[in-house]
Amino acid sequence: MPSAADPLWQRRPPVLVWGLAAASVLLLFALNLGALSAVFWRAEPGAAHFQPADWAALRFTLLQATLSALISVVLAIPVARALARRRFPGHRALVVLMGAPFILPTLVAVSGLLAVFGRGGMVNQALGRVGLEGFSIYGLQGVLLAHVFFNLPLATRLILQGWSRVPAEHLRLAAVLGFDRRAMWRHIEGPMLARVVPGALAVVFLICLTSFAVALTLGGGPRATTLELAIYQAFRFDFDLGRAALLALVQAGLGLAALLALAGLTLPGMAMTGLDRAAPPPPAGLTRLTDGVAIVMVAAFLLVPLALVVLRGVPHLAALPVQVWGATLQSLKVAALSVVLLALATCGLALAALWSRRAAPWLEGVGMSALLASPMVIGTGLFIIAFPFISPARLALPVTAVVNAAMALPFALRAVLPALQRAEDDYGRLSVSLGLGPWAHLRLVLWPRLRRPFGFALGLGAALSVGDLGVIVLFAQSGGETLPMQLHRLMGAYRTQDAAGAALLLLVLSLSIFVMLERLIGGKEPRHAGA
Amino acid sequence: MLELEDLLIVQDDFRLSASLRIEVGAQVAVIGPSGAGKSTLLGAIAGFVPLTRGAIRWQGVRIDALPPAQRPLSILFQDNNLLPHLSIFDNVALGIDPSLRLNAGQRAQVETALARTGLAELANRRPGVLSGGQISRAGLARVLLRGRPLILLDEPFAALGPALKREMLDLVARIAREQGATLLMITHDPADALHICPQTVVVADGVASPPEPTEALLQDPPPTLAAYLGTR
Repeated sequence: MPSAADPLWQRRPPVLVWGLAAASVLLLFALNLGALSAVFWRAEPGAAHFQPADWAALRFTLLQATLSALISVVLAIPVARALARRRFPGHRALVVLMGAPFILPTLVAVSGLLAVFGRGGMVNQALGRVGLEGFSIYGLQGVLLAHVFFNLPLATRLILQGWSRVPAEHLRLAAVLGFDRRAMWRHIEGPMLARVVPGALAVVFLICLTSFAVALTLGGGPRATTLELAIYQAFRFDFDLGRAALLALVQAGLGLAALLALAGLTLPGMAMTGLDRAAPPPPAGLTRLTDGVAIVMVAAFLLVPLALVVLRGVPHLAALPVQVWGATLQSLKVAALSVVLLALATCGLALAALWSRRAAPWLEGVGMSALLASPMVIGTGLFIIAFPFISPARLALPVTAVVNAAMALPFALRAVLPALQRAEDDYGRLSVSLGLGPWAHLRLVLWPRLRRPFGFALGLGAALSVGDLGVIVLFAQSGGETLPMQLHRLMGAYRTQDAAGAALLLLVLSLSIFVMLERLIGGKEPRHAGA
Repeated sequence: MLELEDLLIVQDDFRLSASLRIEVGAQVAVIGPSGAGKSTLLGAIAGFVPLTRGAIRWQGVRIDALPPAQRPLSILFQDNNLLPHLSIFDNVALGIDPSLRLNAGQRAQVETALARTGLAELANRRPGVLSGGQISRAGLARVLLRGRPLILLDEPFAALGPALKREMLDLVARIAREQGATLLMITHDPADALHICPQTVVVADGVASPPEPTEALLQDPPPTLAAYLGTR
């Protein structure tokens, strides 16, 4: 039933909105259900059997996702606490930097981590100089290291959001009542973490559950293969579509089970910037030292690998082989198509959800459905469907763009929908009372509140697409590589100088495309009046 | 006596200065336009806002370098005075011991404070199920329990209806009188000031003026206050 709280009901929704929403829903259904059906059909349940290596891949997938989530979140707690209660030059820059790994191409991060922790990296060289034995980054430890590199900052930002939601009055009350560390933990930090940590663990676990590129570069072998990697290996090494489909089915089941198990948790929204508000009172003494150590350690952990990517890449940027530039063009094409699709689907689903709040949970659910089937699962299904009719290589770019857009859609909806709903709640009735039509309402009321999260979402989608090394590896043949794929080949062929230059190029491309879209669409951050 | 001596607070473009004295046991309203710096003034006294210059003294002793917990005061905010995960009993008991490890005597003190504020029956409830008036009473019970000689009220009753607000004002005035405490209360409503505060500090144009008799001040307000009150 329409209600007075939903003034948008009083206007007729533009046909274009429903058209976009319907097209998005159909595409997502076709993508997810089509791929899953193909996988289910090809896997021949009951006929195919899980081999010991497949069980090992399943165990490793669960183990690395669990450990990655635990380590990332446990380490994030002191870092978030230190960032919440300290103010220092560069504080805001460091908080912004915490968002960078999310848009960082996996292979760029891996290049940086190899430069620090690899066989010839800084740490092993230093160990060698003092006569200690070096360690290998390959295997579970390397996979965990890379996952913590990506997810420690994410978990820190999520917990920092939790701190920012603690009412300033509670922090002042704690100061007036003389809370010591234990009371602070019991009455302020503990209850806040109880709300935030389960969601943070869930997000990191879900992200790591579908780990492919990290496992491809730092894992592998019978003891460090994820299900996603096993799917790829079944394709590439054995061309065993039945086994790939069975693995994809298990991966999809795992994703579904995880989503159902975590359904009761409140997953955090996508934070853009900010997180810079009233902090708990800074304590003195030992806590000042521990806060300082936490901040310096996390800054070094994030900055040193990235700095090494830049330093090692600069000398080789000008002499990159021509294939790298061709691959760059391919990546840009994929990203452009992916962003257009993402923009249309986000607008269609978000606006339709706003117009019909009854249908909103369903529309949002369809938008989030990509979380269920991983890129490799969808890729496997699409490959099975396409293979009898057309060379999969010919579909490499459009399929990659569509899958990338579908994968970025959950993040885009999490960023855009709350902003849209707030704008409608705040100004919907005013708009109705002024007699604004749907387009005037969109232009004057919704767009100004929408453009920043929308710009952020599209920037994120473009950066993720440019840096993606996922479904493309199933489809692309020689000559059709994207930049991440080309970088992977250079690394695999030990062409370290070319790889260093390509890694820097990919880093610059991802960051600049993110910043460009965020600024171009999102506009400048509005300036607020002082207190 | 509370003394603010040559006080200056600078935050970006905002400046507030104050040089004033408030007698022990006085009940003083703080009134002025929005954004003038009323909460900043109370925040500085409580220890949340750093001073750019000047000193704050209580009974002749400088307190501006002390952390908030060591200052001789209790404060109530407009909102969020209670922690949502604790019972009313525990929220009040925080005023004695934040670890909530109370002995029998301390528990009796909490129960007395709850009884005096009419909350004895609600001791085990969480704040989420209480009305606005009951939440205000719980905050006041903690103020009562702490027994600090200076009570700062940052509009804690602003969201209450007129009758309930008056009841709370009477309760807080009674608590302050019984404890011999000095009361500083921010308000936007001249009627609140007239009701329990014989003196008023006007905060306007970057200056917190020394306290003046409320009745006379409201009868013949200075131009800024008159403009704010809409009487001129």
